[in-house]
Amino acid sequence: MGGYYDENDLARFAEMAEGAPALWEKFNAWYGAVFESGALTEREKSLIALAVAHALECPYCIDAYTRGCLEKGSNLEQMTEAVHVASAIKGGSALVHGLQMRNVEAKLSI
Amino acid sequence: MLGNGLAGGSGFRPFDEALADSGIGPMTAREIEVFQVNVGKLCNQTCKHCHVDAGPDRSDETMSRETLGLCLDAIRRIGQPTVDITGGAPELNAHFRWFVEQARSLGCHVIDRCNLTVLTIDSQRGLAGFLAKHSVEVVASLPYFLQSRTDAQRGAGAFAKSIKALRMLNDLGYGLPGTGLLLNLVYNPTGAFLPPDQSEIEADFRRELRSRHRIEFSSLYTLTNMPISRYLEFLVRSGNYERYMEQLVNAYNPVAASQVMCRSMISIGWDGRLFDCDFNQMLELEVGYGAPRHVSEFDPARLASRRIVTAEHCYGCTAGSGSSCGGTTT
Repeated sequence: MGGYYDENDLARFAEMAEGAPALWEKFNAWYGAVFESGALTEREKSLIALAVAHALECPYCIDAYTRGCLEKGSNLEQMTEAVHVASAIKGGSALVHGLQMRNVEAKLSI
Repeated sequence: MLGNGLAGGSGFRPFDEALADSGIGPMTAREIEVFQVNVGKLCNQTCKHCHVDAGPDRSDETMSRETLGLCLDAIRRIGQPTVDITGGAPELNAHFRWFVEQARSLGCHVIDRCNLTVLTIDSQRGLAGFLAKHSVEVVASLPYFLQSRTDAQRGAGAFAKSIKALRMLNDLGYGLPGTGLLLNLVYNPTGAFLPPDQSEIEADFRRELRSRHRIEFSSLYTLTNMPISRYLEFLVRSGNYERYMEQLVNAYNPVAASQVMCRSMISIGWDGRLFDCDFNQMLELEVGYGAPRHVSEFDPARLASRRIVTAEHCYGCTAGSGSSCGGTTT
């Protein structure tokens, strides 16, 4: 095995049906419905997915939703801003936990 | 160079098989509504995706006045088809304006497939006014409303010149309601991906071009890039070919297949040879199955019932919402 991640694996995602086909079908139907245009447009949903993909650091999802965003008409500027949103939330999430640190520090200190 | 052919040995399902499986094939033509003339491969630009491989060095492959005359004879035999003039930059053919005048005098609606920047070069002064005077529909390539992506595909400075040309056209009334002067833009993806929903990207173009540059236009067409010529070279060079083709094949849409443009058009090459479409023309796939092969032998009735020559690139016109010279087909 060359590595844990192989870009060709993305096209093999449907192999996950083997072993639990009913669950795969439910997942697939739900996943498809989630990305249909609703209160949010398909383009907005793709940008959210791209941001989440970066927060999760999932190379498959980054691959899929970079392409997906371009095919929905988004441009590099918009996609970069979406990644910054994810990064800001991740950074902010780490930083706001500093309050936990401060609480513990306060409790331990005289 | 890969030439104009498809990358060999791809192993994708043959297009005719996809047609047959969806109950469509073999694909046949209908009455000719659009007479598309490629008047030559000469162009002032060298766009990275160009399926014609056009450029400033292609001056030898230009339609002569004699062949244009044969085209007019053929047009008369059809009646009043839409005359769709393409290239290269068709305006650089020395007989372009004469041909437009002749086609208009026959009562035909005339389309000029314009790269926009040609309107800004010194030798073409007065061109925009000429097009307006003859009520020629302008179908203009503009891959994106931002400079970065437009210039990446069409060359440095292309976006600024395109905006200048669009302003010239707007000043003449092109793209404005009530003038009757149609200015339609063409979006094509600036990379190895499929085009977005036509109405959504049209709304983006309208909003952005209006707010950033005070530009108006009639409609926007989305086109899928065909995996041939320079775009094919890009796909192979960048390692995107297999996946792009997989996308096209997987997105095959029988509804789009039943409405492809080649069924109602004929494409004429600079040397007078006949093709089912401009893409087949660049692949040297002449009309087949016994149909007349040169404009000098033009026979509307025989051509109207011809079988269309297909190959793997045809998946480009049948993917998703379909793709044609007039945008999506479904």
